[in-house]
Amino acid sequence: MSFDFDRPLADLPPGAEGVLVRIHGGPGTALRLRRLGLRPGARVRALASGPFGGPVLVDVNGCRVAIGRGLARRVLVRTNGSRDGG
Amino acid sequence: MEAERAFPRRVALVGQPNAGKSTLFNAIVGYRAVAANFPGTTVEALRGRARAGRSSIELVDLPGTYSLLGGDPAERVAREFLLAGEADAVVHVADASRLDRSLELTLELAELGLPAVLCLNMADEAEHRGVRIDREGLSSLLGVPVVVTVASRGQGIPELLAALPHARPIQRPPYPADVERALRRVISALPPGEPFPVHRAARLLAGEEPPGALRPAVEEAWAELAPRGEDPALVLSDARHAAAARLFEAVAQVGKARVGWRERADDLVMGPVLGYPLLLLVLLGLFASVYGLGSALERLLAPGLDALSGAVHQALGTGLAGSLLRGAWDGLAAGVAVVLPYLAPFLLLLAFLEDVGYLPRAGFLLDGLMHRVGLHGKSVIPFLLGYGCTVPAVLATRILEEERDRILTAALAVLVPCAGRTIVILGLVGRYVGPWAALLLYLGNLLVIALAGWALARLVPSESPGLVLEIPPYRLPRGRNLLGKTWLRLRGFVLLAWPLLAASSALLTLLEALGWNQGLNLGLRFLTWPLGLPAEAGVPLVLGVLRKELSLVMLAGALPGGVGALTVGQRVVFTVFVLFYVPCLATVGALGRELGWRRTGLVVVGTTGLGLVLALLVRGVLRV
Repeated sequence: MSFDFDRPLADLPPGAEGVLVRIHGGPGTALRLRRLGLRPGARVRALASGPFGGPVLVDVNGCRVAIGRGLARRVLVRTNGSRDGG
Repeated sequence: MEAERAFPRRVALVGQPNAGKSTLFNAIVGYRAVAANFPGTTVEALRGRARAGRSSIELVDLPGTYSLLGGDPAERVAREFLLAGEADAVVHVADASRLDRSLELTLELAELGLPAVLCLNMADEAEHRGVRIDREGLSSLLGVPVVVTVASRGQGIPELLAALPHARPIQRPPYPADVERALRRVISALPPGEPFPVHRAARLLAGEEPPGALRPAVEEAWAELAPRGEDPALVLSDARHAAAARLFEAVAQVGKARVGWRERADDLVMGPVLGYPLLLLVLLGLFASVYGLGSALERLLAPGLDALSGAVHQALGTGLAGSLLRGAWDGLAAGVAVVLPYLAPFLLLLAFLEDVGYLPRAGFLLDGLMHRVGLHGKSVIPFLLGYGCTVPAVLATRILEEERDRILTAALAVLVPCAGRTIVILGLVGRYVGPWAALLLYLGNLLVIALAGWALARLVPSESPGLVLEIPPYRLPRGRNLLGKTWLRLRGFVLLAWPLLAASSALLTLLEALGWNQGLNLGLRFLTWPLGLPAEAGVPLVLGVLRKELSLVMLAGALPGGVGALTVGQRVVFTVFVLFYVPCLATVGALGRELGWRRTGLVVVGTTGLGLVLALLVRGVLRV
């Protein structure tokens, strides 16, 4: 059985994929992310997670983008599957 | 057959970061660019001339921007330059391998309406990613010439220049009906004669404060977009994105991307298991090779230069004018023999790391740690540059988006020992106390920077929106581009620093010739006495503000028995103070431009206080 599950981009384990659904925060933040292709509807794949509370590295449309962890917590991603990835 | 068209006289290069814009610029003008700041700002633009047909055109390399509508300094500068009518035509440099995203900037340029040529750069990269673009189709859809280039190899440059006379305003594909209605509503309310109506209207819609008379029209337009339930700025951005995506689908075929060494390399480089050891290895390798190459070059240069200096001294004689000139010569010679051998290899290796694409990866790895000291991963780049020379380090803080981060990074980057201070550390502590003591100074310096950062971050809390950093793919650097880049930076440094070196060294000999330095030394006793240094160290210590390495050169000349007359402890105290107190004059100039003079004053006072406290602390510990 599969089900949709929304969670912050910061919690996406490396290798997991999802579709960006929402960005919490003002339009300034949303615009900054949009310039690099992070907009609702975009497919994102988590690649790595920077240690010591560092940024998360994601692939969006073939581009690699590092996003600060605080910011990545405000980006909601819909994943298809169980809580721990896939 | 069309009649021969005139070339535009001034052409601006516009493009997103990492699109190869600067490489293209240098491929066209051939590393003969002149760096100049935009009036009233700290953002730098390169300008250069190129021959095209029988005309000479001026090329301006605008800062790389994802958008022309945002508020960060680079975007503002690029926009204002274009709005001021400074450019007769625009070359939009787009990364062909990321054409979908680049096209969003193309549409912003279409809103602006300036004559443009679209340059699809990095065609080789696009091929690697399996992207095939119908150049002619894109050209007819946008109504402008489209040229394919590989700037790193100089391919397509003649075609690009030949296309310039055919630059035209880009045709804008329509946005959704409600967006078009909203735009038209604002446009019709604009004062007649507005040169950039669509662009102005888009900015007003996106939330720029409208002049009073326009407010009703803007509010009506917002009401038009209200059913979308999103901020109008985002609605516009999404409209551009959708139009760009349609264009992309019409002209591009995306095949299978080749997964090669570069994609696999990233899993290792960015992963924590190998990432950190590799980072440490890269940094250690960088410094080891700089010192290895530097000292080898120094040994190579020294004998010839010494012989030349002897001859010059003889020729100049001992009169007042003669000793002034001799002082100036000695300053220049120090610039050639001492600074160049270390700075040139450093800049070359840094250009290599930059062109490979390692710097943003180091930023990614260090972001978490840097947050502990109130900074970002992006601050790593100015810090690294700081080990070469503080001036470029301060200038490099421009890559940070928030003013607070720029100020903090600049204030901390001036504490990083530059090549000049390295000479003092190696010459005074490394040589006379031992390499371990020198290493200890470097580590202690890092600790002080971290503590100062931690303290500053608590004084000025971050409101930073957080890091958003594109990690471009690895690229194989080309020797020509590396040498060109190194040459540009080295030339910038030489032009700034050598006159200062010569002037300050001449000033010193003048002081000596007039017998004034004894009085000055007495006046500086308030500084040298608490530090436990001999009175003769006063002038060298303070004049180090001109160039830090001069402190060492002057100290050797000022003490009757040379540097050997100092005790080990005195050498360490002297070095610690020189290491931390006020960055050199050139840095103060750069800081003043970047941060404003009030903040620069704070940095000067703060670092001097820090230097004094630390030197006293070291004196206490070593019981000098």
